[in-house]
Amino acid sequence: MNLDANDFELFGLSPRLAQDRAEIDAQWRSLQAEVHPDRFASEGAAAQRVAMQWAVRVNEAYQRLKNPLRLAAYLCELNGAAVDAENNSAMPPAFLMQQMAWREALDEAGDVVAVEALAADVAMQRKALLAQLTRTLDEQRDYVEGARQVRALMFVERFERDVERRLEALGQ
Amino acid sequence: MALLQISEPGASPDPHQRRIAVGIDLGTTHSLVAAVRNGVVECLPDAQGRVILPSAVRYFIDERGQARCQVGAEALADAALDPRNTIVSVKRFMGRGLADVVQQGRLPYQFVDTPGMLQLQTVAGIKSPVEVSAEILATLRQRTEDSFDDEIFGAVITVPAYFDDAQRQATKDAAQLAGLNVLRLINEPTAAAVAYGLEHGAEGLYAVYDLGGGTFDISLLRLASGVFEVVATGGDSALGGDDFDHLLAEWVLGQAGLDASTPQDKRAVLVAARATKEKLSAADHATFACPLARGELSVRVDREQFVALTRELVARTLAAVRKVLRDARVERADVKGVVMVGGSTRMPMVQAAVADFFGQVPLTDLNPDEVVALGAALQANQLAGNAGADEILLLDVIPLSLGLETMGGLVERIIPRNSTIPCARAQDFTTFKDGQTALALHVVQGERELVADCRSLARFELRGIPPMVAGAARIRVSFQVDADGLLSVKAREETSGVEAAITVKPSYGLADDEIARMLQEGFRSADADMQARALRQSQVEAERLLLGTRSALAADGDLLSPAERDAIVGLMNRLQTIATSNDHRAIDDAVEALARGTEAFAAERMNRGIRHALAGRNINEV
Repeated sequence: MNLDANDFELFGLSPRLAQDRAEIDAQWRSLQAEVHPDRFASEGAAAQRVAMQWAVRVNEAYQRLKNPLRLAAYLCELNGAAVDAENNSAMPPAFLMQQMAWREALDEAGDVVAVEALAADVAMQRKALLAQLTRTLDEQRDYVEGARQVRALMFVERFERDVERRLEALGQ
Repeated sequence: MALLQISEPGASPDPHQRRIAVGIDLGTTHSLVAAVRNGVVECLPDAQGRVILPSAVRYFIDERGQARCQVGAEALADAALDPRNTIVSVKRFMGRGLADVVQQGRLPYQFVDTPGMLQLQTVAGIKSPVEVSAEILATLRQRTEDSFDDEIFGAVITVPAYFDDAQRQATKDAAQLAGLNVLRLINEPTAAAVAYGLEHGAEGLYAVYDLGGGTFDISLLRLASGVFEVVATGGDSALGGDDFDHLLAEWVLGQAGLDASTPQDKRAVLVAARATKEKLSAADHATFACPLARGELSVRVDREQFVALTRELVARTLAAVRKVLRDARVERADVKGVVMVGGSTRMPMVQAAVADFFGQVPLTDLNPDEVVALGAALQANQLAGNAGADEILLLDVIPLSLGLETMGGLVERIIPRNSTIPCARAQDFTTFKDGQTALALHVVQGERELVADCRSLARFELRGIPPMVAGAARIRVSFQVDADGLLSVKAREETSGVEAAITVKPSYGLADDEIARMLQEGFRSADADMQARALRQSQVEAERLLLGTRSALAADGDLLSPAERDAIVGLMNRLQTIATSNDHRAIDDAVEALARGTEAFAAERMNRGIRHALAGRNINEV
């Protein structure tokens, strides 16, 4: 095992999108228990430096593994289909129409109840898209199509953040 | 005054046990030091048996014309007589500029508006909040050394979870100035959870509600078999018991139609406000009484009036609690217990509001003043290598997002809040003009979209980029947050290899040479023979590294070939010999040589640890 091992190797997981969150959490805790700088606090600078590098690496992998969208993007990239969202924002018209409808609904939603209803709708849609993405990556192993779906989900997630901010502004 | 150390001849404890490691709660209104002694964690009392040290420092000129200072209860007793030179609640000024201090007019100090961190004009000269805090820390260091009749090996110092980078750095600087070896900065709620969790064998999701003198923190932690994982944290680094005092004082002055204009009056009403607040925790009503320059102030205050007056402050804490639950994506009902920390949680209306919010009675069985120092002492004991088998692991987070200023004064977030530390993240940027040879970087911390609404941490420049067309340069900016929650930033142009790096010694911190100057100027000159201190520190470091390497060899020596082992043992022997000399530079060099010589070994050991983790076993079982 070295610092260049991929996230799945580092955590001893099979390289797929569907993961057991409890297993990821447990694995993260036991890895940190081995590499955290606190474990080497009485051992001087060399051990501290190495521990710091490893603890950073383990946390980086953990952040990715527990976020399905980031994990999906990572899987696509490992399999040669980089998501490259900045240079590739073409989306099917139907998807864009729905995005616009959501944006309008958010602009018009005047109270907490309306914004929460929208939030529930978006969350449901995200779940459905994620289930589809899991099939694309884990069963069909189509990473190019997977990368396209990741880009769509990134739009949905960005919109969810806007909805959340709106809820915060409304004091909920 | 040293306590008599009694030990049987020949029964001196194991050398590991002699490493004195303390936990220090450096609080807004008071500070404490705790340590594990004979296997029991306890707060250390001063010679008069008091564990609480009021965080008050008074500067004065003695009869021989020497500038001096006193710390603690004695300083506090003079606060009303000499308010300008008696600094209380200095924690609120740590890492802060003058513009950050909201009630300047209500405070009796003479502020000096310097670039970066504010300073205070006292009879003993201009003092930085870092120097004032260092006096408090030095007093606690002295208390410990008297109590153990030995030097401190290292300290864990607590900070509010919501402290930003500038405030953390200022705290670490103060410790350095006080001659303390900082083993780790840890967050106050996390320390409280350690003390609480170990006491009660708690498992599951816990909230720590920490309302201190000047700061409010709310943290959610998941506790599982010795691991204390902070899930999310939030709060307000400028909301605490002091604010309740200010509101009460203003209301009472308004009722009486008086005002407090002299420094003496300002201090006196605040002292009376705190006394009244404390009485109202036990009684339904109290009399707010204090003498003022223009007459005696005496107003009856009912508890209901006080509650109504401060309802807004309690509501602000609950808004922060809601935000943290949302950040963690959990419901109130998921929270198994709520631990109350900080003296201000003694107010009945605070307890009632928290109980009402969570639908359960909060846990108040540990002394809210002591619990933070006790938890810090447990962690210090472990970091010093004294704990043995019952190891705990703290996995903490950064409280506020870190980012860079981009075009149009917007913030590009690099590390989001609530990321587990240590962590690192890199982001690529490019040049926007043809032939651009420099890039200015502005590091900020906060949650807002606009740079102007975030805290500015540091500015630095990457120079010497070879001229290229716009957009061709690839500038990688890396953020790294260490286990103390402190940030360092590095920028590198990838095609040419040009680099620039800073440890964020922010605009609000002290430069290293400023600290050196303060040390040189004989901070606490009475006990400061700098040369001797430097030598002693080098020797402690050498001893620490030798012990560490020895135990590493015992545990994992089989990973080395005989030649590798011989090389390490050679370096150890050399260090052992040099450590007895008086040359601290030679010792430092030998320490560094051994550190470098064991780097590959450390990497191998880390590998073994990871293999064990993957095999689902703990290294202790092997």
